[in-house]
Amino acid sequence: MDTLAPTSSVPSPANESASVKFDDVWLGFDEGPILRGLTFSAQRGETVVLLGETGTGKTLSLKIAAGLLCPDRGSVQVLGQSIVGQSEQDLLQFRRQIGFVFQEGALFDSLTVGENVGYRLTQDGVDPDAVLPQVLEILRFVELEHTIDMLPAELSGGMRRRVSIARALINRPPIILYDSPTAGLDPITSQTIITLILRLRDVYGVSALMATHRLQDGFALANFHFDPKTRTVCRGPGNSSQHPPVTRFLVLRDGRIYFEGSPEDLLNSRDPYLRRFLI
Amino acid sequence: MSDTPLQVSHPGSSAPGTPSVREILTDAAKLAVAKVQDYARLSARSLTNLFSKPRYAQDTLDQMDDIGVGSLPIVLLSGFFIGAVMVLQTGSQFQRFGQVSLTGDIVSLALVRELGPTITGLLVAGRCSSGIASELGSMLVTEQVDAMRAMGTDPSRKLISPRVLAALITVPLLTTISVFVGLLGGMVASVFSLRLSATTFWQRAIAILEFSDLMQGFTKSLVFAFILSTVGCYQGLNVRGGTQGVGRATTQAVVVSSVMIIIADTFLTKLALYLADKL
Repeated sequence: MDTLAPTSSVPSPANESASVKFDDVWLGFDEGPILRGLTFSAQRGETVVLLGETGTGKTLSLKIAAGLLCPDRGSVQVLGQSIVGQSEQDLLQFRRQIGFVFQEGALFDSLTVGENVGYRLTQDGVDPDAVLPQVLEILRFVELEHTIDMLPAELSGGMRRRVSIARALINRPPIILYDSPTAGLDPITSQTIITLILRLRDVYGVSALMATHRLQDGFALANFHFDPKTRTVCRGPGNSSQHPPVTRFLVLRDGRIYFEGSPEDLLNSRDPYLRRFLI
Repeated sequence: MSDTPLQVSHPGSSAPGTPSVREILTDAAKLAVAKVQDYARLSARSLTNLFSKPRYAQDTLDQMDDIGVGSLPIVLLSGFFIGAVMVLQTGSQFQRFGQVSLTGDIVSLALVRELGPTITGLLVAGRCSSGIASELGSMLVTEQVDAMRAMGTDPSRKLISPRVLAALITVPLLTTISVFVGLLGGMVASVFSLRLSATTFWQRAIAILEFSDLMQGFTKSLVFAFILSTVGCYQGLNVRGGTQGVGRATTQAVVVSSVMIIIADTFLTKLALYLADKL
């Protein structure tokens, strides 16, 4: 499991800059603008939690960061690369450097778990004999090795999310975008998913952008860390000097950043709108 | 879509209050033009993709199995009985003039030039265009298409081109089979109903055919294959409104592709007659 380290092909200068940088990003549809000048950045190794009510543009922000949507205005840099105005062909190459965990998993329902997880490698023409060990390694990481021959329909909601995380991890991306990874799950399963995200962050230093409306998920990421030696989740932010875990909250409201700060800042805020999240 | 060049409507441009009839008509016209434009782009891309890598041979074979082999039973059954009905309808007229032997000629020409390609096109459209639309629509609403893009795979290459290529290969073959089985049905009906010898029917049916007749039927089947596959893909990948939208897209795929096949048939027939006169 310890071999599961990020091995991105991203050039090193990119790694030194912000993982994600939004600057005055606007996006609207027929019903009106959703994002109205969104500006924020996420540093390498940092976990940024995008909080907000339904319809505030959390998922849109993630999809823009992944190059799945093109903003009407503004600039977006991911891993040091400007992705606005790029052709779809260039964006396809760019997306190979990132992992995306969709809200409902978005697993290919006609493929088995193993085929889903190994999809990216198969599409890249990797020898099938080389794909299987990698798929098994990743499935072992999410503790779902036994499901390799099962279809997504045979899995529970939580298992589907874990397979989705495994699929996003297969090419060891330096950044993963999580779209409400615990939405609709029971508390115990949600905790399993959060533990997985903690492990990725604390053991391998994977940057993360997580959209959620569940404040407790954000606080779990901020207040706990995964200890690789004891292989347990411990209270506190951890003391790894190599990957100091930093969790920052961004609260979206009306398509803009309404609040940006640490978990403590959010907890101590007297703002009535922010207090609604804390109740 | 924000990246659609033709802006269908913009919230800032609409006047407050109830829109006028002129505005409604203008918006409807813009929407129609935008749809035609999107369909044209999808169709063009489905063909240009065939001339560059990556190509998905296995997906194409799977689709050939689904479209070709899957449609075989309905094509065989309908082809046989359409040939038989043609003989019964035309034979009774020829009997009045003592020209029963001409039955083979007329049935053969009608099947090769018109009924074979059109009936096959409509049957495959009813079965496969709807199937393609519902499959791709379901993938779209469950974010599987986005997941594909997020993993660096071009959906137009992976989902559209294999289906279009499979239809272009299998529909002409199905049409050939349909015509052959139709002639068999006609032969059986003429033997039992008109007391015409099988040899006479078959000899006349083959002798009347010219190269231009075969080309007319072949060209029509190719065009119909292209229409039914691209319309199915277009409707599926433009689903709006969840599972209800998938149902609407499925119905639309059958209706639009069937109407387009009949309209295209008219123009192709006129073109074929024009070319037959000129050449």
